[in-house]
Amino acid sequence: MTHSETNSSRRAPDPARARELIAFRIGAQEFCVDIMSVREIRGWTPATALPQSPGFLRGVVNLRGAVLPIVDLSARLGFAPAEPTARHVIIVAQIGRQVVGLLVDAVSDILTVTDDLLQPTPDVASEMAKSFVRGVLAIDKRMISQIALDHVLPLSERDAA
Amino acid sequence: MDAMAAIKQTFFQECEEQLAELESGLTAILEGDGDAETVNAVFRAVHSIKGGAGAFSLDDLVRFAHIFETALDHLRAGRLAPSPDLLKVMLRASDALADLVRATRDETNLEPQRFAALAAELRAFDPASMQQTGAAAIVKETDGAADCADDEIVFRPILMDESMFDEMDAPPAAAPRLFRIRFRPKPALYAKANEAALLLREVSNLGECSIVCDSSELPFLPDLDPEGACLTFLITLSTECDESSVREIFEFVEWDCDLDIAEETDEPAGDGVDISALVERLQASVEAERAALEEANARSAAGATPPSARQNFSPAQVEGSDTGDGVGSIGKSDPAKSDPVKIDPGKSDLAAKGDQPGPSIRVDLERVDRLINLVGELVINQAMLAQRVLEEGLARASGVATGLDELEQLTREIQDSVMAIRAQPVKSVFQRMPRLVREVAAMTGKAVRLVTDGENTEVDKTVIERIADPLTHMIRNAIDHGLETPDVRVRAGKAEEGVVHLSALHRSGRIVIEVSDDGAGIDRPRVKAIAADKGLIAPDAALSDDEIDNLIFLPGFSTAAAISDISGRGVGMDVVRRSIQALGGRISIQSRPGRGSTFTMSLPLTLAVLDGMVVTVGGQTLVVPLTAIVETLQPKVADVHEFGGGARVIAIRDQFTPLIDVGRELGYRADNADPLAGVALLVETEGGARNAMLVDAILGQRQVVIKSLEANYQHVPGIAAATILGDGRVALILDVDAIVASSRADSDAHLLAAAG
Repeated sequence: MTHSETNSSRRAPDPARARELIAFRIGAQEFCVDIMSVREIRGWTPATALPQSPGFLRGVVNLRGAVLPIVDLSARLGFAPAEPTARHVIIVAQIGRQVVGLLVDAVSDILTVTDDLLQPTPDVASEMAKSFVRGVLAIDKRMISQIALDHVLPLSERDAA
Repeated sequence: MDAMAAIKQTFFQECEEQLAELESGLTAILEGDGDAETVNAVFRAVHSIKGGAGAFSLDDLVRFAHIFETALDHLRAGRLAPSPDLLKVMLRASDALADLVRATRDETNLEPQRFAALAAELRAFDPASMQQTGAAAIVKETDGAADCADDEIVFRPILMDESMFDEMDAPPAAAPRLFRIRFRPKPALYAKANEAALLLREVSNLGECSIVCDSSELPFLPDLDPEGACLTFLITLSTECDESSVREIFEFVEWDCDLDIAEETDEPAGDGVDISALVERLQASVEAERAALEEANARSAAGATPPSARQNFSPAQVEGSDTGDGVGSIGKSDPAKSDPVKIDPGKSDLAAKGDQPGPSIRVDLERVDRLINLVGELVINQAMLAQRVLEEGLARASGVATGLDELEQLTREIQDSVMAIRAQPVKSVFQRMPRLVREVAAMTGKAVRLVTDGENTEVDKTVIERIADPLTHMIRNAIDHGLETPDVRVRAGKAEEGVVHLSALHRSGRIVIEVSDDGAGIDRPRVKAIAADKGLIAPDAALSDDEIDNLIFLPGFSTAAAISDISGRGVGMDVVRRSIQALGGRISIQSRPGRGSTFTMSLPLTLAVLDGMVVTVGGQTLVVPLTAIVETLQPKVADVHEFGGGARVIAIRDQFTPLIDVGRELGYRADNADPLAGVALLVETEGGARNAMLVDAILGQRQVVIKSLEANYQHVPGIAAATILGDGRVALILDVDAIVASSRADSDAHLLAAAG
């Protein structure tokens, strides 16, 4: 957490253009999403599997009466599927008109950055990762990839098309 | 501005109700069921629309409604006989009025010719006195916007009338106008520190003015309320200003006084009717009115009525009884009624009507839905709480458990009551059908009578909204395909007029809607030939009558030889069936050749909750809609037979029924489950076919709140929706039909694979 503080004080980003991001870990890698699309963060609860759904869809859980689909972000990005424990967290994110839960290992940081810090996705990344990663941030020798949430659910893909 | 828009919105909502009343009233009269009250109700409906439209200066609407109202008034006064011809024109006029109201609401334009033609038709029915009453009506219509010249322009599109008029005379705005104002302050006006004299002085500043104080309401001194208001001021104002500037003066006191402003039109009418005679008559009637009022006041004073009973003589009351009795014919030109801004006539009409339902309020649907959602949460929470208590191992008889039972009952009752808020009679949909029948009958040249039944049957609003389209389609079909042309009917020995019967009733927790016709019935050889022609069935398939009838529900089936204007626009009965299935309903058909067909729709009463059987399959909890389940049974080893390609059948009372392994169908397991370890649910699909579904165990029955999967995810094949069970986890609600269909597709795929 100390990183972000030193980070924001050192760069003193222009408040008008500054954006806040929530950083989280999947395995050894760090990712982040725009804080404006995050509704809440909650602990992992077992999900009800949906038949005939893609492997990255963990199932659905009850979010105060609404049915919330849970996307295993690790599997979605092409890594090994997560084996969720009580320490895993669900980032509840708003994507368009839908609310989706993203299963990640842990939330690590809140960053304040400006758009000019965002570098294009390196060409080495897999096709899968490239379609979800909007760009990468280099912060304190860490590489944090920003996730574009629009393509996380198969339905949103269809909507975009 | 927003407040105005909201009021306007309410006006249009009320218009819809008035239009519905108008149409049902006219239909009743046409069928001979109408009495004097029906005629009055019809008249009031048009009158209220006109009154409201006048308040919003919706001139087109006012004009058409006015002509319609004039014709209705003749009917009401007995000057016109309710002949079928007249009523048919009136029904068309009511359709046109409905279109006009909607066009005005949506601010779209309609072709004026249609209204001009209808107006001319209505006028053609007017008795010989038309000329005069028409002119009198114009005097009545003294809001200045709907004066004679305008009237002429809309309904006889000859524009030169007005230009001639303008050349002959000075522009009307510059001419001095004569207003008669009746200003009667209420005690509240004085209580708010207003001074009548100041207002009167303002009025006198507008032009030449004479003010008469009417003190006839003054009681005797012992009865005088020192803080009351007993004086009425009658003002005759000759001014170049318009009515709005007069109204402006009274703007801040308009709620605290009775204010009637009537303009007397001096302009020569284009028809050459003797206006001065009419004005005289008008004045005479004003005098008569005033005399009557004074007499009444004198009587009340003599009877020592306390001043608090004064409101008995407020103009709204006088006028209300007037309209209610049907005395106020147009020729009489009641000055109070000619006030275009006041909507009171409509209000007092309502009050005068005896059979009004209890008081009701209008609530934004969103609020009701929010309440329903919250109650849904409450039910889930209550169930969760009950389960937790059970898990804690508290005794059944403990105080907590008893309290929980009471809570459960209470939540159930709340849920039922909340659902009842959304329930509405199907009337709103049924009422649209007579018009449709008229239009389709006119287009096909068939004589049709629509008989409706059970229109007060209540069902959830969402269901009502979503049955309108399928119902429309079914009625179109019944007339277009079902009923024969009059000559064919006569040859078949039937009445020339075909009957389409539309009925609704509650049956075992569902609503059943039937559309039947007494037409030719389904032409089975032709249906079969067409189905074979389109490759929907094998040419040599042997089908039962029922199966043939059900062919019309197949996608891509349409029997109309030529695509007519009415049905056969590429959407067929398959679309009807799909939209009804989407509502959790089913549709079936019975047809007898030469006697007609009956389509029966069975729909759930609400889309928010569902009675389901909770089962487990492959470690997952699922809910099967109870309506689909016929019976449950324990399969025995002798009953289950392999049927090639991995498919199995089960013998139920010597009937071989496909056995569908739900776990395999949903992909919870790869292999067929052992049928002996599970339970079979005998289910019936929409088509009436029976199938057995194999599940692992039955946990129980319960009412579940339906939660959409599509809201945050997307449709999942084989799953209708989701729900939240007592343990707080999501359970999926099975789509029985889809599971059956996909099991068929699977075995077909098996067969194809084997063949290929």
